[in-house]
Amino acid sequence: MSEIVHHHIKLPEGSIEKQTTTLNLGPTHPATHGVMQNILELDGERIVSSDQTIGYIHRAFEKLAERRPLYQITTLTDRLNYCSSPINNMGWHMTCEKLLGVKIPKRVDYLRIIIMELARISDHLICNSIVGVDSGAYTGFLYVMQYRELIYEIYEEICGSRLTTNIGRIGGFERNFNATAFEKLEKFLKEYPAVLKEFANLFRRNRIFMGRTQGTGGISAERALSYGFTGPNLRAAGVDYDVRVHSPYSSYEDFSFTIPVGKTGDNYDRFLVRDEEMWQSLDIIEQAYKKVQEFKGADAEVFHADVPEYYLPEKKDVYTKMEALIWHFKIIMGETDIPAGEVYHSVEGANGELGFYLISDGGRTPYRLHFRRPCFIYYQAYSEITRGSMLSDAIMTMSSMNLIAGEMDA
Amino acid sequence: MARPVQYNVKNEGGKAIHVADAPPGYTGEGFFTAKLSDVVGLARKNSIWPLPFATSCCGIEFMATMGSHYDLARFGAERVGFSPRQCDLLMVMGTIAKKMGPVLRQVYLQMAEPRWVLSMGACASSGGIFDTYSVLQGIDQIIPVDVYIPGCPPRPEAVLDGFIKIQELVGKESIRRRNGPQYKQLMESYGIQ
Amino acid sequence: MSLTNDTIKQRLVEKFGDQVSHFEEPYGLLTFEAPKEMNLKVMQFLFDDKELRFRFLTDLCAVHYPDNKGRELAVVYHLHNLVDNVRIRFKVYAAIETPDVFSATALYAASNWLERETYDFYGVNFIGHPNLKRILNVDEMDYFPLRKEFPLEDQTRIDKDDAMFGR
Repeated sequence: MSEIVHHHIKLPEGSIEKQTTTLNLGPTHPATHGVMQNILELDGERIVSSDQTIGYIHRAFEKLAERRPLYQITTLTDRLNYCSSPINNMGWHMTCEKLLGVKIPKRVDYLRIIIMELARISDHLICNSIVGVDSGAYTGFLYVMQYRELIYEIYEEICGSRLTTNIGRIGGFERNFNATAFEKLEKFLKEYPAVLKEFANLFRRNRIFMGRTQGTGGISAERALSYGFTGPNLRAAGVDYDVRVHSPYSSYEDFSFTIPVGKTGDNYDRFLVRDEEMWQSLDIIEQAYKKVQEFKGADAEVFHADVPEYYLPEKKDVYTKMEALIWHFKIIMGETDIPAGEVYHSVEGANGELGFYLISDGGRTPYRLHFRRPCFIYYQAYSEITRGSMLSDAIMTMSSMNLIAGEMDA
Repeated sequence: MARPVQYNVKNEGGKAIHVADAPPGYTGEGFFTAKLSDVVGLARKNSIWPLPFATSCCGIEFMATMGSHYDLARFGAERVGFSPRQCDLLMVMGTIAKKMGPVLRQVYLQMAEPRWVLSMGACASSGGIFDTYSVLQGIDQIIPVDVYIPGCPPRPEAVLDGFIKIQELVGKESIRRRNGPQYKQLMESYGIQ
Repeated sequence: MSLTNDTIKQRLVEKFGDQVSHFEEPYGLLTFEAPKEMNLKVMQFLFDDKELRFRFLTDLCAVHYPDNKGRELAVVYHLHNLVDNVRIRFKVYAAIETPDVFSATALYAASNWLERETYDFYGVNFIGHPNLKRILNVDEMDYFPLRKEFPLEDQTRIDKDDAMFGR
């Protein structure tokens, strides 16, 4: 490949013309998956600099959360990273449980892990298949969407909704997983590994895909740490930081799984890390399912913690028993005691460390709730990553970093 | 690996696939007369080119609708375009913030007549659960909307239902509508020339 | 030897004396406060020290306490020591008339947009920030929406009935 020679026109002094072309990769563009704007300065095909504008879907979650009691904020957290909303929901419930001092039984923990890992698979599937679409390979995307439908069906059995799930309650789940849910889970566990293998075979050793993704969009581990990267983007750069291992929550310490780590942090490494994480998630789901099946008898009916102060009693008890009626009234009208204090809890979301900083002043609604959103934090690095790269590589980088606009703007 | 290939020409019971009926008209040897608007409507409604203006969660449900499980391509919307100049149907999916409003209006203005707008989801129809300072409470504040699909997010079946309603609108539209005074008045009320 | 909250507290008090104060451990996370002029010095110390090594900025946000006169705006930093897996929370307070805090962008590249977001929502002016302008709200907005005195809803709406919507 010959040296790239630049032939520039000599512009006179003080001319308002620039050597570089300004291109607006605007908020609506097939390549921006989500609404974010990049104003690029291009020198031919090379990007000299770029300027990001976000906020095109700013929905003021943090201000909205100051108006809602704790159990109503779950619906807001759904819409953060909407490709994997159960993880956001569970993270929020765990934050509340930390504040309120609620202990969760093991079976509930294991069920939560099954749901969270399914959500992680669902998010990584979207990310990897969209990376494929951006490099021109549309088939993989259509193929795996079929299997995301299976995951959606499992959510539907448990909570009734497909995408913005609002799954679980503070203290556990709203209903026990019925036999159909477990059947659908078994069907998924049986059929999915073959699909994932076929999907990965389309891309892993594909010459065109490797040519487009290797060596592009790379970031070193030091810069990634300085930029606050977490999740698959950081692991692709070589740092094995995973919140599930370093600050285990929801009984993750009972499971054995490995953390895949890349080397150069480029787009190919990110694809491989996500792919490998999907295999690990499958493994965790199988382990968790086995553990859930070991609970027999009365233990197998446990689907929430025994905290009547925060977990709504069953409706038939509300109509017949006095105590249940009082608890129902107190919870809905906001008369239960929420302790004042500040808590920070984080979970390993599909994009990285999703943190919830909750300050409560003892009232019904939080005093301040701040979401530590991984997408927002690592999108800052985009201009540094793409400086000097070609335009098409910048497009691949944008989709490979898994930028979800809902999480970025909140 | 091999999966058995199936051709869905005849489904169970041997009933043939329903193909669109011919519009009512008068036929004879070698000719067929019908109303122009019927024929044009029939052709347009079965080959709509949508522009998915996907901003948030509804966009992911749209991706599921485009997938093979709830195929939108069966209704003729196989080719989704991202260039407003080439598309007929603007599908607004997701929350439109006030920052995004001018962008949406710009995209709408670039579309050529005849154009239809489908507002998918609660956020696009009326602001949804986000009654905040930064969210536009419904896209009908800035562009005229033809069909609203409620839901948060609407199930793919609901999206298909909304799309079928758009198809009905397209099929029955009079060919003089876009030049008529009522339509001009509608555009005036939105400040669109 | 693992790094405990007591060790961190001891090292901080040794270095800064009584300028670091209000040590608490809500839910196991060591929290302390320092005057706003010292924020970079404290964070630099936490970064450089061979034992403390807090080299990862997890989060940066602000809180508005309208009732604390002279200390209305709190800027909260969550730092993380990835090697020993220890977290720490550090707060600085600023008065609402002079909401100036030194920017941490030289130390952590992550604080660039986090500080812009804090400025956008609360009006905290970060001195030394390369590009302090609004990030999530529209550029023409002239107030800082997350402060407690401003309402959530858009006040110019005429079509929503307040009685029906519980306001």
